[in-house]
Amino acid sequence: MPAAVRHAGWTRATTFTVLGIAFSYALSLGARAGLGYDPVLDGEAVLQISLVTVPFFFLVGLGLFDYWGYYMSGRPTRPEDHSGHGAKSWKSYLYPNTDHKVIGIQYTVLSFFFLFVGGLFAMLIRAELAQPGRQFIDANTYNGVFSVHASILIFLFIIPVFAGLANFVLPLMIGAPDMAFPRLNALSFWLLPIAGVMMLGSFFAPGGSFASGWTAYAPLSDSAPIGQVFFTIGVQFAGASSIATALNFLVTIITMRAPGMSFFRMPLLVWANFSTSLLVVIATPFVAASQFFVLLDRALGFNFFDHGQGGDVLMYQHVFWFYSHPAVYIMMLPGFGIISEVLAVKSRKPIFGYRMMAFSLLAIVALGFTVWAHHMFVSGMQNWIRVPMMITTAIIAVPTGIKIFSWLATLWRGVLRLDTPMLFALGFLTMFTLGGISGVMLAMIPITIHVSDTYFIVAHIHYVLFGGSLFTIFAGVYYWFPKMTGRMYDERLGKLHFWLTFIFFNATFAPMHLIGLDGMPRRVADYADKYAGWNLAISLASFGLGLSTLIFAYNIIASWRGGPRAVGNPWRGLTLEWQVSSPPPVFNFDAIPTVVGGPYEYGVPGAVHGVFADQPPPVVAAGAPAAKTPTDE
Amino acid sequence: MAVDSRSRTSRRTIVQMVVVGTLASIIGVLWGLYIDWFPVQGSTQARKIDDLWDLMIAFAVPVFVLVVTVVLFAVKEFRMRPGEENLDGPNIHGSTKLEIVWTTIPAVIIFILIGYAATILSDIEAAPANAAQELKVDVYGQQFAWTFKYTGADGKPINTTRLYLPEGQSVKFNVHSKDVIHDFWIPAMRMKIDAVPGVTTSYRITPIRVGSYPVVCAELCGLGHAVMRQTAYVMPPAKFNAWLASKSASAAAPAAGGGGSAAAAPAAIDAKAIFTKGNGESVACGSCHQLAAAGTPAGGIGPDLDKVLAGKDAAFIKTSIVDPQAEIAKGYPPNVMPPNFGQTLKPAEIDALVQYLVKSTRK
Repeated sequence: MPAAVRHAGWTRATTFTVLGIAFSYALSLGARAGLGYDPVLDGEAVLQISLVTVPFFFLVGLGLFDYWGYYMSGRPTRPEDHSGHGAKSWKSYLYPNTDHKVIGIQYTVLSFFFLFVGGLFAMLIRAELAQPGRQFIDANTYNGVFSVHASILIFLFIIPVFAGLANFVLPLMIGAPDMAFPRLNALSFWLLPIAGVMMLGSFFAPGGSFASGWTAYAPLSDSAPIGQVFFTIGVQFAGASSIATALNFLVTIITMRAPGMSFFRMPLLVWANFSTSLLVVIATPFVAASQFFVLLDRALGFNFFDHGQGGDVLMYQHVFWFYSHPAVYIMMLPGFGIISEVLAVKSRKPIFGYRMMAFSLLAIVALGFTVWAHHMFVSGMQNWIRVPMMITTAIIAVPTGIKIFSWLATLWRGVLRLDTPMLFALGFLTMFTLGGISGVMLAMIPITIHVSDTYFIVAHIHYVLFGGSLFTIFAGVYYWFPKMTGRMYDERLGKLHFWLTFIFFNATFAPMHLIGLDGMPRRVADYADKYAGWNLAISLASFGLGLSTLIFAYNIIASWRGGPRAVGNPWRGLTLEWQVSSPPPVFNFDAIPTVVGGPYEYGVPGAVHGVFADQPPPVVAAGAPAAKTPTDE
Repeated sequence: MAVDSRSRTSRRTIVQMVVVGTLASIIGVLWGLYIDWFPVQGSTQARKIDDLWDLMIAFAVPVFVLVVTVVLFAVKEFRMRPGEENLDGPNIHGSTKLEIVWTTIPAVIIFILIGYAATILSDIEAAPANAAQELKVDVYGQQFAWTFKYTGADGKPINTTRLYLPEGQSVKFNVHSKDVIHDFWIPAMRMKIDAVPGVTTSYRITPIRVGSYPVVCAELCGLGHAVMRQTAYVMPPAKFNAWLASKSASAAAPAAGGGGSAAAAPAAIDAKAIFTKGNGESVACGSCHQLAAAGTPAGGIGPDLDKVLAGKDAAFIKTSIVDPQAEIAKGYPPNVMPPNFGQTLKPAEIDALVQYLVKSTRK
């Protein structure tokens, strides 16, 4: 056997993938022949087995299970000599790597690829909706496009991009050399492209892509064409990735903090990821369960959701939302962390009410598990569940309000540096408030009875996930861009990107509140003529929004290739990641830092967050950031 | 890292901010109350829900204005000016007093809203004082049409795809599904509920305005979800009762084919109109099917009739309309086309439609 096939890598991965397909055929043919089924070759059976098994063949081929395989079989394991740490060239990112900084960039770049794919689907949706009637795509494709749009952006953009940013930044922030389980970390990342390939590949399935929405309500999903299975199984891989990463974050945060970093000296980004990880490990198994039920129903006729056979249709929704409501906080809390970092540094003030900020995160985690049925106010579930769920849902506004007001107080009397990350942070503050307000309205059962499943919901979710999550992601990417790449981005283009995004975002999503209240249902390729005017306006604005992201893409790519070199601490930040070079050394810290104070002691001359044993307290970059940094305003 | 010694938060700034915020809130609330957000108020329930919305606006606008005003004033007052690159803000860590304020006030507001919403909820779901007079309608959702079942004067069921409702009388809908989950929604009435297989769900409305209103399926139910739209007609009680009586009479008449007396009058039937718009009871063929002669576009929900009907005879077309499952066009899933055209179209209409289709698809 040639060495390329024996050694972990893409050649072996390809070979194993082919083997996996052969295995699926063999298993299916063998089992059906043995049981006397006719016909012996059933394409759908082979496809479903392949979707489950081939990814594992691929991952083994890529070498992600090598160490554990050696260990379990009693062969001598290769001790980690860290020779694979760091990226030697862009090609290093195409292979499994155990360095959290490499994995962080792999995660972030892959997620942004999916942002653009998901965004293109949005453009297709808006093109179809620009006029009533059907123009570009037929009803089946349309249902597939919006289902894939949501699935991709939720499972392959927002959730993993936060994991990616935190992967890069969090170990640095707590003074750790890496994550607690680097090999598991690598595996978590490589599960994602599998989920992505499945969701996009579903368009090539006979009968088209999965078309029952990202919610995949049974029994519609039970009886859908084979494309549905691409979602059902794809979600398992994305979910497994999230769970593994969350465990990794939890163990890393609990056990690997630098000496002196008590829980209440942790930066709020660390608190946010701690809270998010708790949510993920408790909630994500439920979405896995809901999709396994559908898979068993569909593939093996289990009748979980077939009421004619004693199944319970509403059970699907309960299990699904028990994950998918906390998932909204999984997609929001890490963003809260990013905003806290950006606002403290860019306002030059400590976060107002730090402890309450941490406690409110934990309150959201706890309350987040008590509100799921507010997605089901019109589902026909037992009536008595509604009012308790309305109360818990509305109460979540209180800890969220504490966060908003504390951020506002952080701004007050600061010295606000209005550069790109700060603009996105302020944009987030206002837009997320709007999403939160429509959220409180939606908690009120009588309002939801009218607006559920309308464009009002579409508007609300986009104010939360675009105006909320995506704005924090942009803020975070611009903020840590110098640290991650060692280059500065173009400030002028960054600001242009912000303003265009902010304007077109509102022009796109604000009118959706109106047409939703006026009676336009969501998830329709065609609509009554009276909504035509607004829909055309929304579509035009959405194309502007789509184009504005190209500025971001250009800025990031061009700056990464040839932007001015970044200094270690361009923002005069106190947290530990800014005390090392940009990009950080291969092992993060030459000496483990000792934390001696809070993370945001701005306004105290000479204050530091951590000191390094063998050197004097670091000198914060004096004056304006390095001379090459473009000036603001 | 000099600390900012500017004491810029003068009283004047705070006063300005309060004035601007209050003015903006008042204008915002008035504007919010002035905007006509909803479709016409078609039921007593609609009035109550719209009232709750107004209360939400009255609280929501000031909260949003507060956040925006503080952000804008902070930017105006405290933005870094040239020469301040090394300045820090004051080392303020918090204020227990403020934190108590902004925990308590939102909590109080939340509980006011919850209390009001719970009251409204019990109002809009309350049974009428005279429960015996309530009209009960069974609603059946199926891919992709609604059917309504009334009880006639003689106790026999009356099935129709046209929803007729009496003005001023409480109506209770018992909602069922024959296949997947649908959602029965009349936006003008504000109420909706899912149609769930195996479960009977319900809600009640009291229509208050004569007119016709769209009926919409609000829960994604498959290919034809977007076209699962019908019409509800609210009419004066006397007219409604007359309609119900006439329906009972025609249902009781000997099984001449459901069409009854209307079929006897050989009024010219516009088959093309039935194809593109339906007859008022039936779903329009053109919502799902492409047909060049009728000018209906490609939808992908149902097969292109120019193709699948080419060279077919009248008998095949008639079977395909009244019993769509008899033969499914290649590449299309079963159980998509509503099986109720035999009931919703009169025999004469079916015949006219068949003739029209034979003519239109002949090459």
